[in-house]
This record gives sequence, structure tokens and C-alpha cells, in this order.
Amino acid sequence: MRGRSGGVRTWVIQRLSAVYIAVFMVMFLFQLTTQPPIDFQSWHSMMASPLVNIAFICFWIAVISHAWIGMRDVIMDYVHDDGLRFIVLSLLGLFLVFMLVWLVKILITVGF
Amino acid sequence: MMKTDMRRDRPKHLNLLKIHLPVTGVVSIIHRITGVLMILCIPFCAFLLQYSLQNESAFNATLDLFNDLSVRLFFGLALWSVAHHFLAGIRYLLFDVDIGVAKTSARRAAWIVVSGDVVVLATIFWWLI
Repeated sequence: MRGRSGGVRTWVIQRLSAVYIAVFMVMFLFQLTTQPPIDFQSWHSMMASPLVNIAFICFWIAVISHAWIGMRDVIMDYVHDDGLRFIVLSLLGLFLVFMLVWLVKILITVGF
Repeated sequence: MMKTDMRRDRPKHLNLLKIHLPVTGVVSIIHRITGVLMILCIPFCAFLLQYSLQNESAFNATLDLFNDLSVRLFFGLALWSVAHHFLAGIRYLLFDVDIGVAKTSARRAAWIVVSGDVVVLATIFWWLI
């Protein structure tokens, strides 16, 4: 049983998500160290501010995509039985979708 | 199928204690391991994000968590994983644009990543523990 593993398109998504994650993390770290949100009010308003909120949602989309591609490669390397690999990949996919929806839900509902 | 059977019968040597992995190999496998570790951290990140944004007392409770040494240790490990994956990842992104691909350059870059790892480890240790 062989499915397509993506090739160039997958490689591009992995690299683009990596770059976004890297840039976001550097900027976020800079923000956290120069203007640390020391109490609930500042943390909440930071997460609710439109730019940060949207960029953070995009960050998690990038992380989940990047994680799927990477983890899929790992599973393909180590799980050789076709049936078992299908099940493991499906569980991974379910887990990652769940996480993404949860994170988007958290960020979209900040301030409601 | 013939091909799969032949692949499965190949001799294997997986004695990690005897295999000498060059530094580039070590950086690579740690890159993979940190990747997997971080995926396991995602649900915790989601929970902490949700909880810390709920209300003031939940936020304070989240901060209080980090008074616990074992929490700080796990967090330190997670942070270091991010840092290594990030540094090793940059090395790979540079490979993608044909920078540092030659064996000597690749090995030097691997050592730079390792030095970065040590600096990050020291920083995390000093700051968190």
C-alpha cells in the first residue's frame, strides 16, 4: 500500500512553515523580554491585540503543518507494516487536527 | 511481495554503543528527537495558554506552577529542544540554498550548532534553575 508522500510541494510547505515559525519565535521572544506581560491584564491584552492574535494563530497553523510533515517522515522511516503505519498516521493526523482546532479556538475566543 | 521480503532480510547492525556517529549525525538525530518531543509538548502548551487567559487567578496559578523545580526542569528541556531544533534547522535551510553543503563546511556548521546548544543550555540553566 503506497500513498503519495508529496515531493516538492511538501518540501516547500515544510520550509515555509519553518521560516515563519523561526521569524515569529524571534519576534515573540524579543517582545517577551523587552515588554514582559507581568500580569493578567497585560498578557490578556497582548493575546487579544489583533496583530498578535492573528500572527499567533498562523504560528500554530505553521507548527501543526510542520509537525505533520516531520512526524510523518519519522513514521515512514520506522513503521514498515503498511496496515500499522496507516493506523499510526491516522492517529497522528487526528491528534494534530484536534490540537490545531483547540489552539485556534483558544485564540479566537480571547476577549469574549 | 519479493521486494519487501528481500528488504526485510537485509542484515542489520543497530548496536548504538558500537556505532560511531560523526557530529553531523548526532546533530541530525537530536534534531529528529527534539522534533518529536516538541509535538508531545503541544497539548501542554495549549492547556497553559487556555488556562492563563481564563481569568486573573488562573493566570497567577499558571505563574505559580513555575515555582516547582520539576516544572522548571521540563520547561527547560522543552526550551532547549526548541533551541536545538531551531539552530539545526537553520543549518538545513542553508543547505537548501546550497550554503555549507561540502563535507568540511557541513561538519563545521554542525559544531557551530553544538556550541549554540551549549550556550543555550547554560543560559537556560542559569535563568531557570
